[in-house]
Amino acid sequence: MTVRVQTAPFDADAETAALTAGRTDIGAVVSFTGLCRGDDGLVAMTLDCYVEMAEAEIGRLVETARARWPLEGVTVIHRHGRLLPGDPIVLVAVASRHRRAAFAAAEFLMDYLKTRAPFWKQEERAGGTAWVEATAADDAAAARWAPER
Amino acid sequence: MRLVYFAWVRERIGVADETVELPAGIATVGDLVAWLKTRGEGYDHAFENPAVVRAAIDRQHVKPDASLIGAREVAFFPPMTGG
Repeated sequence: MTVRVQTAPFDADAETAALTAGRTDIGAVVSFTGLCRGDDGLVAMTLDCYVEMAEAEIGRLVETARARWPLEGVTVIHRHGRLLPGDPIVLVAVASRHRRAAFAAAEFLMDYLKTRAPFWKQEERAGGTAWVEATAADDAAAARWAPER
Repeated sequence: MRLVYFAWVRERIGVADETVELPAGIATVGDLVAWLKTRGEGYDHAFENPAVVRAAIDRQHVKPDASLIGAREVAFFPPMTGG
């Protein structure tokens, strides 16, 4: 299990390949990469982060996922700092023997990352900066996985 | 006790972190918020709607009724928008 919180970019292909290197028991890998989307003249997005808690909280979410699905490997990488449109923000990659666990765990991890991992996005446009507001849709997406939390 | 602030909570208060001596009678996170609100305009602005601000004790999410006993680091921040 790998959890990293960093400012540097990541190589999603290399991270995903590392999950299965030397393994012949893994039948499914699901990977999700979240990118900085350049909506409405977005110049940049700066992610504020409580680094020490982010690593701990993501670790707890990974443990919850492992308790719920039979997983052979999990990698979560979340960046912070100033990112430009097109830059990768987050990677969730999950390996399992069969596809259902990998699909479900990857979606579970992303839904909970959005509502529980301590990151805050600030958008930068020509007119200034503004903090992104949390959405009810994200809360609802996480709540689908209840009663886990 | 060390306090840390993030995103617009930090901007409104004007510092990223501080160490405070709690007055007697502050038992929960909610009590701490009520006391912080009395410490100046920035704090009052940050906690103008306390229900919106989230808290963590020693890097774990907590509710306003959580006890501060044994807490070393308390964090306040807006609802999270990562991912």
